[in-house]
Amino acid sequence: MASTRQISADPSARFETHAATREAPWVKWTLIVLALSFFALFLLMPLAAVFAEALRKGWSTYFAALVEPDALAAIRLTLIAAGIAVPLNLIFGVAAAWAIAKFTFRGKHFLITLIDLPFSVSPVVAGLVFVLMFGAHGWFGPWLGENDIKIIFAVPGIVLATVFVTFPFVARELIPLMQAQGREEEEAAIVLGANGWRTFWHVTLPNIRWGLLYGIILCNARAMGEFGAVSVVSGHIRGETNTMPLQVEILYNEYQFAAAFAVASLLALLALATLGVKAWVERRAGGARRAARDGASS
Amino acid sequence: MSIQVRNIAKRFGDFIALDDVTLDFPSGELVALLGPSGCGKTTLLRIIAGLESADGGQVLLEGEDASAKHVRERQVGFVFQHYALFRHMSVFDNVAFGIRMKPRARRPAEREIHAKVRRLLELVQLDWLAGRFPSQLSGGQRQRIALARALAVEPRVLLLDEPFGALDAKVRKELRRWLRQLHDELHITSIFVTHDQEEALEVADRVVLMNRGRVEQAGAPEEVYRQPATPFVYGFLGAVNLFHGRVDGEGVRVGNDLLPRSAQEGDLSEGARVMAFARPYELDIVPGDGPDGITATVSRALSFGVTTRIELEGSDGQHFEVELTRERAAALSLAAGQTVRLAPSNLRVFEYEEGAGI
Repeated sequence: MASTRQISADPSARFETHAATREAPWVKWTLIVLALSFFALFLLMPLAAVFAEALRKGWSTYFAALVEPDALAAIRLTLIAAGIAVPLNLIFGVAAAWAIAKFTFRGKHFLITLIDLPFSVSPVVAGLVFVLMFGAHGWFGPWLGENDIKIIFAVPGIVLATVFVTFPFVARELIPLMQAQGREEEEAAIVLGANGWRTFWHVTLPNIRWGLLYGIILCNARAMGEFGAVSVVSGHIRGETNTMPLQVEILYNEYQFAAAFAVASLLALLALATLGVKAWVERRAGGARRAARDGASS
Repeated sequence: MSIQVRNIAKRFGDFIALDDVTLDFPSGELVALLGPSGCGKTTLLRIIAGLESADGGQVLLEGEDASAKHVRERQVGFVFQHYALFRHMSVFDNVAFGIRMKPRARRPAEREIHAKVRRLLELVQLDWLAGRFPSQLSGGQRQRIALARALAVEPRVLLLDEPFGALDAKVRKELRRWLRQLHDELHITSIFVTHDQEEALEVADRVVLMNRGRVEQAGAPEEVYRQPATPFVYGFLGAVNLFHGRVDGEGVRVGNDLLPRSAQEGDLSEGARVMAFARPYELDIVPGDGPDGITATVSRALSFGVTTRIELEGSDGQHFEVELTRERAAALSLAAGQTVRLAPSNLRVFEYEEGAGI
C-alpha cells in the first residue's frame, strides 16, 4: 500500500478514515447541521444584529453616539475599573497560586475553595454585600459619611465590585499550571545562588507566562463586561457612575436604540478581540506545554 | 570539602525518613548512598544541600555547622533526578545561570562568563549544543548539561540525586564511567544517591547502605560486598541464597539437613533461630547422598559466558541459585529434576531478624 496518507494529529480524522469505526454519513451530517444551525441562530445572529442595529442610521450617527459625553464617560470609567481590577487580581492571583502550588500550610484547601466564591455567588449578591458594608446604612456607612468618603454610588464602589467578580480568573488559571510544574526548577535556581525575587523573575515567571496572559485576558473581558454587581453599587448617575454595560441599558430603556447598539458594538468588538488573542495565546501555550512535556520526559 | 552528618533525624508525619544518621564524607571522595526506595537516601542528600531541614542533628561542612546556612551560601552543586533544567533557556543560558546570579561585586564580565561556559560545555563534551533548548536534548545530554550547570558555580560539594535513574541501560553505563573519570579529574567531594547496587559498587570510592532511615553499613565497595555487616546488606548487594534454620552444634540445622558453619560467629546460642547466607559462587553441587549440605532439585541450567548458573528448588519450594565454572558444570552433567545436595564453601550466619532484607 502506498503510504501517502498523512498521519494527522487530530484523532478524529483517523477515526473516520477507518471503515471499521466510521459512522453512517447521515449521522455525521445531522450532527454538523445541528451544531452549525444552533451556533448561527443563538450566537452569530445576535452578534450580527448588534452591528446591524448600531449602523442602521449610518456611520455618522454611529460615531456621534460614541463620542457623546456620557458615552465617553462610560468608556473611561470602564477602562478605569478594568485598569485597576486587572493589575490587582494579577498580583493577587500570582501570589495565591504561588502560595498554593509551592508551599504547604493550614487551610490551603479552604483558600482554594474560597477563591471560587465569586464564581458561585450571584453578581447581584456581590454588589449587595458592598452596599451593606459601605452604603449609607451599612456597617462602615456612618464613619465614611463623617469623613466624607463616598464608595457606594461612586467610582470606588464600582472598582470594588469589579475586583470582586474578576477575582478568580488569574489564580484559577495559574494554580493547576504551577502545581503541574512542581518546584524542582525553583530549587535548582536557589541552589545555584539565585534569591527569591530573581528566581521568580528568571525561572517561575517565564514558565507561567502564557497561562498568566490567558488569565489576564479572561479577567479583563469580564471586568469590562460585568453588569450585575456593578449595577447594584453604581447608582446609575449619568456621565459619572455608568460603565459601558450600564450605559447600554440606560440608552436602551430610553428607546435610543442606535446609540445603545453603538456602545454595545464596542463591547462586542472587545469580545471578538479577546477571542482572537485568546486563540493565539492558547496556540503559543500549547506549544510551550508540548515543549515542557518533552522536556520532562526523557 | 569534608561533610559530616551528626545524628540527623527527619520524619514526614508518621513516616520516619531518617533515624539518627551519623556519617562522615571525607574530602575528595565519591560516595554512593545506596538503598531501596523510601530508605531516606534522597532526604539525606536534600538535607545536606539545605533543600530540606532536619528535625534534629547537624550537618557540618568542613567542620562548620551549616544548619543555619541558607542553601545559596552552602556552595553545593545539586544535580536533580529529572535534571530540572530551565526549559525556557538555552543550554548556554542554563549553564551560565549560576554565574549570572552572583552578586554584582563578584560577577565576572559577560566575556569571561562566555569563556567559562564554553569550557564547562567542553568538559561535558557538549559544546556543540550551546544554542539548543532542553527539550531538544536526549536524556544523557540533559544529564551532562545539568552537571555542567551545577559545576559552573564552582561548588565545594557535588550532590547527585539518582543521576542515572532515568536513562536507558547503555547510556547509563557510559555515563557511569564518564562520571568516574570526571571525578578523578576534579576531585570534588561528591555524593550520589542510587538504588542500583551495581552502579554504586562500580563508581563509588565508598558505599553507604541505607535501609528504613538507618545506615546499615558503610565501607569500600569490596568490603561491603565481601563482608556484609547485616542480613539486609547481604540481601541487597548481589544475588544470595538464604537458609532459615537453627544453630545445631557446629552447624546450622535447616529442615532435616545440616550445614557446616564458618567459625567466626561465636556468640550464637545453641538452638537459636538464624538466617544463613551464601553467594551463588559459594555453593557447590554434590551429586547423590552425603552427610552435609541441603537437598535440592535442579530446575534448569543457564550457561552464558564463563560460568554456568544453575537454578534449583529446595524441598519446601524455596529458590536457590548456584554459579559454577563451565568445566565443573560439565563434569556434573546435571539434568532437570535431578536431586542433588548443596554444600556451601562459605556460610555467613546472622541471628534471625523480623523482616530483614530479602
